[in-house]
Amino acid sequence: MGRFTRGFAGRGRGERDPRLPPGQYDTGNDWPVLTAEVTPRLDTATWTFKIEGLVDRPTTWTWDEIHALPPSSYAGAIHCVTTWSKFDVHFGGVSVDTLLGVAGVQPGATHVLAFSHTAYTTNLPLADVTGGKAWVVWDYEGRPLEAAHGGPARLLVPHLYFWKSAKFVAGLRVLDHDEPGFWEQNGYHDRGDPWLEQRYQGD
Amino acid sequence: MDSPSTAGLARATPWQTARVVAVKPETTRAKTFRLALSAPFEHRAGQHVVVRLTAPDGYTASRSYSIASAPDGSAEIELTVERLEGGEVSTFLHDDVTVGDELEVRGPIGGWFVWNADSPALLVGGGSGVVPLMAMLRLARRSGRCGLIRLVASVRTPDDLYYANEIPGPETTLVYTRATPPSFPRPPARLRDDDLPKPLAPGTRAYICGSSGFADAASDVVVGAGLATEQIRVERFGPSG
Repeated sequence: MGRFTRGFAGRGRGERDPRLPPGQYDTGNDWPVLTAEVTPRLDTATWTFKIEGLVDRPTTWTWDEIHALPPSSYAGAIHCVTTWSKFDVHFGGVSVDTLLGVAGVQPGATHVLAFSHTAYTTNLPLADVTGGKAWVVWDYEGRPLEAAHGGPARLLVPHLYFWKSAKFVAGLRVLDHDEPGFWEQNGYHDRGDPWLEQRYQGD
Repeated sequence: MDSPSTAGLARATPWQTARVVAVKPETTRAKTFRLALSAPFEHRAGQHVVVRLTAPDGYTASRSYSIASAPDGSAEIELTVERLEGGEVSTFLHDDVTVGDELEVRGPIGGWFVWNADSPALLVGGGSGVVPLMAMLRLARRSGRCGLIRLVASVRTPDDLYYANEIPGPETTLVYTRATPPSFPRPPARLRDDDLPKPLAPGTRAYICGSSGFADAASDVVVGAGLATEQIRVERFGPSG
């Protein structure tokens, strides 16, 4: 680093939003869609979410059952590794703390692998999905989450790059080790903290 | 979705300097930049790089661009960039960058949307989505594997077609959605089932690239042609400027 691009001044940094992590820009009202698979059409009548692995009570919720849990919401920013960030978004669903509380995480658990109703997976330290930092969400701005954005329900881990917020989420597997997921096997960072610009392996 | 056995980037890819050695217009809105790498790498067809611009005060803006050139053992790669109105990086690349300039790049990145010239592939690209597919077509042609590959490129008008002199061939099909060249047999229409080559070879994998809307529509057409969703890999180009 330490070199600049001839003629490049950039723009808007005078009023750069302090909520923007390094290398990110504000996408405004846009919400770009980036999905590596065919968008699935999932039926909430047969949809399930499960927690398995190192838990006392492996648990599967139906659509109605998960909606009967105490609601929880998130308001704030989301950050995509492709460099857009989006502010003041509102999601509604259930806290992952609630789900893990029902299942009962066993001692020795350190990570989770989130898996989707597609074949998508993503890995996260347990500490990044507990303590009020992660949700399973099905509402966006008070309306059902669209399939293009991972509906009927997706994982939401807004303090990490958004590929960690698995679309079409089907469950969490609680593990005693880290197990790289889909993008992580394909070169992306295992943790993905936007404030540390952990975009790719080695960052 | 199978697990790629060879990760595209299991190792760190540091930033490096690349020198612009050629700039060529593809359409009125797209240019191809040929870059000489200071730390050469061998990419796989379909991978992308990140381009980073840095202002004198340290401000940076980065965007990902697919590599259009085939892996060819050279120390150069080509990126085709669409000029997005209001796009901070693409407008700079189009309006300010000339031969001899240096850009920071890192890569190659991605181990999913890649084709290694070893299995049958149906490539379906919409507009600028043809770029990573072009790397695959070029790889097929230079390695004598054209029998494995079929490319369907969908554009609005003839003026929107990238690589217009290079794409036509027995393994490619052009689809125009708004206006066609004179005496083109197919009337302008969106991609549909009978635009796809038939029959598809057993084990064909589809690579679909374009806007999210195109990707969804093309996925429906490809599924309708009998391909399982697990056999379809999608790359969506967002308006990320």
